[in-house]
Amino acid sequence: MIDPRMVLVLSAVLFALGVAGVLTRRGAISILMCVELMLNAGNLAFITFARIGGGPEAQIYVFFVMTLAAAEAAAGLAIVIALFRLRGTTDVDEINLLKW
Amino acid sequence: MELIAFFVLALLLIASALVVITHRNPVTSAVALAFNLVAIAGLYMVLDAQFLGLLQVIVYAGAIMVLILFVIMLLNLRDEVKPHPAGTFQRILAPLASLLFAFVIGRAVVLSAPSTFPEKAAGFGTASSIGQELFTRFYYPFEAISLLLVVAMVGSVLLAKRKVE
Repeated sequence: MIDPRMVLVLSAVLFALGVAGVLTRRGAISILMCVELMLNAGNLAFITFARIGGGPEAQIYVFFVMTLAAAEAAAGLAIVIALFRLRGTTDVDEINLLKW
Repeated sequence: MELIAFFVLALLLIASALVVITHRNPVTSAVALAFNLVAIAGLYMVLDAQFLGLLQVIVYAGAIMVLILFVIMLLNLRDEVKPHPAGTFQRILAPLASLLFAFVIGRAVVLSAPSTFPEKAAGFGTASSIGQELFTRFYYPFEAISLLLVVAMVGSVLLAKRKVE
């Protein structure tokens, strides 16, 4: 039988990999993909907690996070397209107008 | 049996996540991410959440990945070849920070979570049990999330269509 702690540690590692990706990648779409990685790590932890608790609540939160991820992907990619039209690049280091 | 499946999936997950965050070519990254999402769906199945596993394959590995790949190919993105302007500082510090982060969370869950799963509750992870909850107790959040989807849809159409000279 699987140890819940192993699954939770795996989800922590996946989340940390996503954080590392967001901090090191420069393409806007690559950063969005790393955010998806982090959302999925969170979902994995939710499912583990659902299995520990036995109730359906945590699974419904996962359902909502998936919906949120779909909305985030659509809006984020629309922003990337608008950005590419405006600046001809998706490199986040070149897009620094609002940078302090 | 479950343990073997878990370890194989965990290995695939970490390997594909590493490809996602390190590969220079965005298309390769996206394909690795699709692989990662399917492996996570497999892990959901191992954890008895069949409905969400299937949803993961349909929504994530299907819809969202197609959207991402479509935009990558639409914009015809090249590899990230230029050296990082922030220098090696960010390149070294970011993995270290996230490693520390994983260690802190990992330690917290190892100390607090139980070491075995309880017996599976009746109807756990089935579409009927989730649907029952979704349309009774979680009805208002469900309506709110549908509103969010409409807003996201209208917003992305508006954002992507506007012509800027």
